[in-house]
Amino acid sequence: MFGKLTLDAIPYHEPIVMGTLVAVILGGLAMLAVITKFRLWGYLWKEWFTSVDHKKIGIMYIIVALVMLLRGFSDAIMMRMQQAMAAGESAGYLPPHHFDQVFTAHGVIMIFFVAMPFITGLMNMVVPLQIGARDVAYPFLNSLSFWLFMSGVVLVMVSLFVGDFAATGWLAYPPLSGIKYSPTVGVDYYIWSLQLSGLGTTLSGINFIVTIMKMRAPGMTLMKMPVFTWTALVTNILIVAAFPILTVTLALLTADRYLDMHFFTNELGGNAMMYVNMIWIWGHPEVYILILPCFGAFSEIVATFSKKPLFGYTSMVYATSCIGVLSFVVWLHHFFTMGSGANVNAFFGITTMIISVPTGAKLFNWLFTMYRGRVQFTVPMLWTVGFMVTFVIGGVTGVLLAVPGADFLLHNSVFLIAHFHNVIIGGVVFGVFAAINYWFPKAFGFRLNEFWGKASFWCWLVGFWMAFAPLYVLGLKGMTRRMNHYANPDWQPFLIVAALGAAVIALGIFCTLVQFYVSIRDRKKLTDPSGDPWGGRTLEWAISSPAPFYNFAIVPQIKELDQFWEDKQNGVAYVQPAKYEDIHMPRNTGVGVVMGAFGTVLGFALVWHIWWLAAVGLLGMIGAFIVRAYDRDIDYWVPAAEVEKIERSRHAQLQQFQTTQVAPVAAPQRQKVA
Amino acid sequence: MSSAAVRASHGAHDDVLHGGGVDHHHHDDGSKTLLGFWIYLMSDCLIFSGLFATFAVLANSTAGGPTGKELFELPYVLGETMLLLISSVTFGMAMLNMHAGKKGGVVAWLAVTFLFGAGFIGMEVYEFAKLVHEGAGPSTSAFLSSYFTLVGTHGLHVTCGLIWLVVMMDQIRRFGLTDATQRRLSCLSLFWHFLDIVWICVFTFVYLRGAI
Repeated sequence: MFGKLTLDAIPYHEPIVMGTLVAVILGGLAMLAVITKFRLWGYLWKEWFTSVDHKKIGIMYIIVALVMLLRGFSDAIMMRMQQAMAAGESAGYLPPHHFDQVFTAHGVIMIFFVAMPFITGLMNMVVPLQIGARDVAYPFLNSLSFWLFMSGVVLVMVSLFVGDFAATGWLAYPPLSGIKYSPTVGVDYYIWSLQLSGLGTTLSGINFIVTIMKMRAPGMTLMKMPVFTWTALVTNILIVAAFPILTVTLALLTADRYLDMHFFTNELGGNAMMYVNMIWIWGHPEVYILILPCFGAFSEIVATFSKKPLFGYTSMVYATSCIGVLSFVVWLHHFFTMGSGANVNAFFGITTMIISVPTGAKLFNWLFTMYRGRVQFTVPMLWTVGFMVTFVIGGVTGVLLAVPGADFLLHNSVFLIAHFHNVIIGGVVFGVFAAINYWFPKAFGFRLNEFWGKASFWCWLVGFWMAFAPLYVLGLKGMTRRMNHYANPDWQPFLIVAALGAAVIALGIFCTLVQFYVSIRDRKKLTDPSGDPWGGRTLEWAISSPAPFYNFAIVPQIKELDQFWEDKQNGVAYVQPAKYEDIHMPRNTGVGVVMGAFGTVLGFALVWHIWWLAAVGLLGMIGAFIVRAYDRDIDYWVPAAEVEKIERSRHAQLQQFQTTQVAPVAAPQRQKVA
Repeated sequence: MSSAAVRASHGAHDDVLHGGGVDHHHHDDGSKTLLGFWIYLMSDCLIFSGLFATFAVLANSTAGGPTGKELFELPYVLGETMLLLISSVTFGMAMLNMHAGKKGGVVAWLAVTFLFGAGFIGMEVYEFAKLVHEGAGPSTSAFLSSYFTLVGTHGLHVTCGLIWLVVMMDQIRRFGLTDATQRRLSCLSLFWHFLDIVWICVFTFVYLRGAI
């Protein structure tokens, strides 16, 4: 009846897990009570959960990512504490089995449930606004993607309290992840949470490619597209090209575990090395999927706050595309030591070094954009400069690891850990925080507090270097990754410094939370009446903050790159049209939520081998989709009168703040800008 | 009312009420859906390419068990292949009827397509059952694991196609040949032909190559 699920699945004997469970239950109950008390269920359901508005979906992605960041970061703190303690005689406080789950969950959560939703959320929020579109190509599919992602999140969180999580490392290499060496449900939670959220990601990828290819404002040719949208396009192409391989790889591992097949087993002809190849054919493009949109955000921010057009727009586009192509021919550098032979290793070592060239070109472009610009050191700009410094060092250590000979020495050492945190924190996390600070006013109508933003930045920057510089040293000294305990007492001081660094990062996260609180409290003072708080260049700044639900009352005509900037120079940015049109919009739907819920049921049932429940989940998903196919009331028209009313109040507000006409920049200054 | 009239009145309604199609921005003429569906098919193609690559790596890993040469019966598989190929032709007939606006013809040809597709699946299930019965199931060797997974994934796709066919027959019967049903039928048509092409690769690289 309940498959493998019994009451023993709940880890009563683990005080840390039980403490967390109690905290989660109490916190959850408190939240439910607050929502019920203020009668917010209807509002949440109507305005958020069933919404197909790309802006709201984007905001939900980012909120979930922030929550999951706390979960993933608490795993990090636990690891740092364990390694700071567990030298010589001391065994630390985490037993090996728990420690292994913690480092696996940390990696899985940070990549799939923090970095990915941050990126997807940003693209949702920004891309349609930058190209002058009213929504994405398939609004319902967008909602479905989000809820499939959520079912993955739910499964990962449930694994903490019911059963266990994979103890295999974040990519679950077989044969360790096979049924023989991982007989518990941990790897199954891993598989199904990634399959569900991965399906959502693939659908998002298709959605955004079509959105960008088909829904740009008239006149916006590809080479007049904002850089962030360009990076989003390449990222989504990478998603569609790489995620199916992850799906296949995990499906084959599933077949091994559930159906006694022999793809990756030690017996009967299985080949575990094939898994390592396949997972990295997805895995390497994945890191570029994460970093490219951040490069795009940095590009927008650098240009905006240097008050200059982006230096080398064309080369930026070509560099992005080159990285996109090259990202598929470097995967083997993750396992030079597997023994593919000198020639194969040399090929992948060289391609890895080549991919750093377009990345270097981008850095010079950002530097030259700042050169002789009027740089304003706002919070997004601080993150950008911090990124440039940090990321270059991470890139250099990466090129070092690209030399197969050096890699044989450093493979699986904490030097590698330091390297990829250097690029992922220095690149993706800094990029996401820069982007959140930059686009927050467009989402909510007020800016974020500067002081706490800067405090957060400095804590992260200092904390990052404190936490990971020691790991570079330890890696060179020979410390391997994922160690629950070590005998060499010389390593301990470095690991204590690293733990302190993690504490400083924790302070940075705390500052971010305070920043949100203070900004919401002071939202009147921080309000953004113009819709253009930074003197922006791209279309999203032409409309009000927060953006109206239909985005653009009149679809803009594009003649230039940075059309909005040009319009402001020519004093035509805020001209009211003579007449408004009816606007065609998609209707909200709860089908995405329902399918996500059935998906969660399906995943949970498969993890625990509850076959009847799995059938319920699968049929529920298919059934809900078919029901949706019969729904013919999926869109509506916003009458021109209503649009006019909203737009008139917007223009009244603009006039009140005397920004109807932004004074053209004086002639000599314009020359310098050009 | 004929389906063409339904479509015309629908379009006219939009144009009159909402300013002559100025807002082509959110009005899907089908091109967005078709582009998206093509991209989906390419991603599906990558799933199959992953499975083909796996099969290529493991084709000789029979671990002392039976080989393809001993197991595959080419005439039987040729029969399966013909069923699927003919179903593509009959789907083509359905599409011709759709373009001609003949609702009854579309449903009839879709039904014929369904029969051929179901016949294909039936033959495949029988073949799988026979192999398992002979002791050549998917857990016998890595070669057979990859064989069952590759061919089975294709079969699963065809099964999804069959469900989709039923839904489309019902939708066309209810709603007629509207913009939406025509758009969906075009997607299903792409899907069906795509599966045909994948099957030709399966036939060539799995069965023909395995039999020599």
